Amino acid sequence: MSKKKDKAWFVLFTVPLLFVFTTVVIIPFIIGIVYSFVSWDGIPANPKVFVGFDNYVKLIHDDRFLASSWHTIKFTVLSLIAVNLFGLLLSLLVTSKLRVSNTARTLFFMPNLIGGLILGYIWQFIFTDAFKLIGQKTGLENIFFNWLLDPQFALYAMVIVFTWQMAGYTMIIYIAGLQGIPDDMIEAAKVDGANMWHRLTKIIFPLLMPSFTICLFLTLSGAFKMFDVNLSLTKGGPNNATEMFAMNIFNEIFGYGHYGLGQAKAIVFFLIVAILTLTQVAITKRKEVQM
Amino acid sequence: MKRSSKLIFEILLAAIALAFLSPVYIMVVNSFKNRAELYENALALPSSLSFQYYSKAMDKMNYLTAFGNSLFVTIVSVAIVVILASMTGWMLVRTDNKLSKIIFLTLVSTMLIPFQTLMMPLMQVMDWIRSNLHIPMLNTHGGLIYMNIGFHASMAVFLYHGFIKSVPIALEEAATLDGCTKFGVFWRIVFPMLTTITITIAILDVIAMWNDYLLPSLTLSDKGLRTIPLSTFYFFGEFTIVWNLAMAGLTLTIIPVVIFYFFAQKYIIKGIAAGAVK
Repeated sequence: MSKKKDKAWFVLFTVPLLFVFTTVVIIPFIIGIVYSFVSWDGIPANPKVFVGFDNYVKLIHDDRFLASSWHTIKFTVLSLIAVNLFGLLLSLLVTSKLRVSNTARTLFFMPNLIGGLILGYIWQFIFTDAFKLIGQKTGLENIFFNWLLDPQFALYAMVIVFTWQMAGYTMIIYIAGLQGIPDDMIEAAKVDGANMWHRLTKIIFPLLMPSFTICLFLTLSGAFKMFDVNLSLTKGGPNNATEMFAMNIFNEIFGYGHYGLGQAKAIVFFLIVAILTLTQVAITKRKEVQM
Repeated sequence: MKRSSKLIFEILLAAIALAFLSPVYIMVVNSFKNRAELYENALALPSSLSFQYYSKAMDKMNYLTAFGNSLFVTIVSVAIVVILASMTGWMLVRTDNKLSKIIFLTLVSTMLIPFQTLMMPLMQVMDWIRSNLHIPMLNTHGGLIYMNIGFHASMAVFLYHGFIKSVPIALEEAATLDGCTKFGVFWRIVFPMLTTITITIAILDVIAMWNDYLLPSLTLSDKGLRTIPLSTFYFFGEFTIVWNLAMAGLTLTIIPVVIFYFFAQKYIIKGIAAGAVK
């Protein structure tokens, strides 16, 4: 009797959420795999033709897709470095008991709350008109020009916006890590004559490894999947020079109506994201030290 | 630290903070300028404070409607996620069997799936439900809320699961002996103990849902249903960009976020740290 009752409670508590989850995530995921073997233009009346691995073969030869993966890799590597460097620097500054610390911390985190779409629009103005103006006023026209018209600099512009958005986020996580390091450990090292650089590299960084794991994971997957800033800042331009993975998939499906090919790209995208993040977590986890 | 080096750090930090703030400064000052003034010097303060671009932007973006829509969708979605995920998380922890483990692992492993992998088939599924079961999943706030819940379920269950594992079971057992049903045990005893993690989850989800563009853009097509990111997107798409008007519009979209941040700052920063460390 009681066992039956327990089962009924289990169902009552878990099924509502699991039902929604299944219809929104699990079923689309499975159907998505099926779609990737089909050629279809998205119009319900038109037939879905099974084409086997054709879509996967096609995407290997799709120059624009390959270019977008190169942009994504470049963007991700640069962002990974910039976001974590700034986040770490900010966390070290903010925790060094300065008078402006609290205000600064509050400010640094704020961009993270503003959505990527809106951030992209704000910076669009800065990189186009404000930069041009600064260039004209100061004469530094080879630094301050319209960045979004230059293929190379447009990508850097995205890195800057992404860094502006994410640095405060990683800062918060690094701060939590720094506060977990006992003060007497640092004091003991000071007494033993370790200078600031040694204290950083020999004590603080190794003990921060768990924070590195988290921050690298968050920036890696965030940068790799970035879509909103891409859309509002550059729209993938100039000439698709900043089109990234997520946007390429979106355009293939909803722009050109290549539902099968686009979905095959989306599956490849998922596999890359999964492999990349799991490997990264495995590697940094191994480097964590026990206190 | 020596006093001189402390002063240098103090100045350095203040300088970085100001540089960080400069985009916001540029946005706000230019929202008050007329065209000529804006192009003369984008960095200068405005010569007068006129709110004409704000009222115009408000009108063109349908700001109040969009704000109401965003608020409604976000609050309802987050509330339901919190209710359902806490119940599920608790049951999965307290029922120690194979099924619970399988469910939990499935939920966690799907967290790696990018939205782009699901978006097209998801639209097909929702379209199928609409035309075969006649439930309006597309172009309604209800449908968007439903999908929001599905997408944020796994993360919320994961966080609740981790937290509940450290909550002692003794109190629950005592309540059960006193004749409380599971429902009563959960809502009267367990849920109040989960407040810390509930705040973390609510904050993470509010930020994600409030700012989400892609999912609403795929599901909502009526003008009157648009959320703030959507109306911002169409605002920038419909007109050739008039920057002073655009800056006023962007400032408007950020004001609610800043107010929210101002009041919930402590919880947000704590919640973010707790949520990330999971």
